Amino acid sequence: MATQHSQSADRLTMAPPAPKPESQPAAADHQSGTKHARTAARLMMAPAVILLLGWMLVPLTMTLYFSFKKFLPLRGGDLGWVGFDNYVRFVSSSAFWPSVQATLVIVGGVLAITVVLGVLLATLLNQPMWGRGVVRILVIAPFFVMPTVSALVWKNMFMDPVNGLLAHVWRAFGAEPLVWLTEASTQSIILIVSWQWLPFATLILLTAIQSLDSEQLEAAEMDGAPPVKRFAYITLPHLSRAITVVLLIQTIFLLSIFAEIFVTTQGAFGTKTLTYLIFQRVLESQNIGLGSAGGVYAIILANIVAIFLMRIVGKNLDA
Amino acid sequence: MGRITLDKVSKNFGDLQVIPPLDLTIDDGEFTVFVGPSGCGKSTLLRLIAGLEDVTSGQIRIDKQDATHVPPAKRGLAMVFQSYALYPHMSVRKNIAFPMKMAKVPVEEQNRRIEAAANALNLSDYLDRRPGQLSGGQRQRVAIGRAIVREPSAFLFDEPLSNLDAALRVGMRLEISELHERLETTMIYVTHDQVEAMTMADKIVVLHAGVIEQVGSPLELYHTPRNKFVAGFIGSPKMNFIEGEEAAKHGAHTIGIRPEHIEVSGETGTWSGVVSVSEHLGSDTFFHVHGTGLADTITVRAGGEVGFRHGDRIFMTPRADVIHKFDAEGLRIA
Repeated sequence: MATQHSQSADRLTMAPPAPKPESQPAAADHQSGTKHARTAARLMMAPAVILLLGWMLVPLTMTLYFSFKKFLPLRGGDLGWVGFDNYVRFVSSSAFWPSVQATLVIVGGVLAITVVLGVLLATLLNQPMWGRGVVRILVIAPFFVMPTVSALVWKNMFMDPVNGLLAHVWRAFGAEPLVWLTEASTQSIILIVSWQWLPFATLILLTAIQSLDSEQLEAAEMDGAPPVKRFAYITLPHLSRAITVVLLIQTIFLLSIFAEIFVTTQGAFGTKTLTYLIFQRVLESQNIGLGSAGGVYAIILANIVAIFLMRIVGKNLDA
Repeated sequence: MGRITLDKVSKNFGDLQVIPPLDLTIDDGEFTVFVGPSGCGKSTLLRLIAGLEDVTSGQIRIDKQDATHVPPAKRGLAMVFQSYALYPHMSVRKNIAFPMKMAKVPVEEQNRRIEAAANALNLSDYLDRRPGQLSGGQRQRVAIGRAIVREPSAFLFDEPLSNLDAALRVGMRLEISELHERLETTMIYVTHDQVEAMTMADKIVVLHAGVIEQVGSPLELYHTPRNKFVAGFIGSPKMNFIEGEEAAKHGAHTIGIRPEHIEVSGETGTWSGVVSVSEHLGSDTFFHVHGTGLADTITVRAGGEVGFRHGDRIFMTPRADVIHKFDAEGLRIA
């Protein structure tokens, strides 16, 4: 293998013989050279492809495998095949539909907040102002904080009903502090996750806004469009593709948020998402088969959401 | 109606004065061309008139009304940009309709004007396409269409043809001239191309470093340039400048003679030199002549059938009546 590699690599680096129309062998040699190069390219790509395939296929296959088994690690281990029993039990559980709803509400809420605020922030950051470079870096900062850490900071420093910053603000106005994670649990989770993802949306939208041709805005100004209409008719349509990208990428990641729920509400008060329900089934109930079936449902839900999104906004991606 | 008057208008960017105070009047219905090398402030001047830049001092009057601080949309001017600045997500129809939509023109009236503009500009077949699906010339026409439907008191063109290829440029040049004949609206046209200026303008304003060097009709500028800059800028190929002894014979610091005002001969003439490059255009031939002892290169024009080659010695005789004389400051003498 190794010698073959180095040979074909040599062939690639050597200057190809000048094509002589009268000498057939030279042309044939050149031909086999490109064939060798193609084989070499495939071989060199193979490790990456195999790694990526394995990374996805092994867990997927194992999930499918376990989802058809009764597998209780602390209560007898592998208890054999049970067909679609796990699937039926997962759906018929009273926690299933509320968890789907919680997932969609949280994903939808975060998407709405990050896109709207992201567009506004990007517009703001695009204005020439003193210290713009520093402000831009500060805006990106939340994205560097780990989800677990940021959720803990929010929980203990902002939302704590006794010592939290927000509680102090509430008291300063003479109001009874809100017990955020109990009384407005879903909203609190949406707030925390939005705070984390707003930088991502802002960053992508800012680069898009910067690519807008300033002559278009000037033309609209000459055409009599006031600033708000210029934004609505010129800037926003220009941003549509970037917004689509933000929506699609964020959806993929938001469907699987876990740390923020784990360190705050532990799935209580209506914040149990599908991801969290699966975690509970596998680790708290110690039922791997049931959890795996839930995992397959999560894949299906993700695909439904993805198809839905592509139908709504995907046409923006066509050139 | 579209008489535009600039009264001591100046523009600074920070500490840099790009346009020292200048006065200029553009009469109603006039096709005025601002021409000058890049960075001479011609586009800035246009943007000041459009209202896209604020004047630092001075006054802009449109039809005797002070428009110095009037926002661009309220000045009644329409602009065609160098990049066309079409709205890429709107169809051609919506692009043309946009200014009318902003002005809340009734829909029937909008449609009537769109049809009229589309017919005038040969755009009827493309009304439902997006700008991205059009060629450069078609985009240019859409941009003009968008300007026409506003029925402005003056059109402003900011180097509108510089993104087109040479053949298309000549065609569009004619179309814009025809449009001006038909609409009889004031037009201000910015270009760095003196050929465009000469062919289209009623009045040319030659700018250099923010200063107006000369204002006049194309032929005035050609025949009586006020200084060396205008003399060198107007006319193609450039005027030949000769200093020193030969100029002193005519009582000037520098004399200028256009390539087309020099007779070429193989046997006899006032000056002689060696052909370095000959450019055959068919109708004309241009010779770049070295070794005359007058200037580095003398450019002369001859008929298309004159066939001197590289290395040939030729003789040149300037026409005495069209020799331009300049003093040491570069200003025209008499």
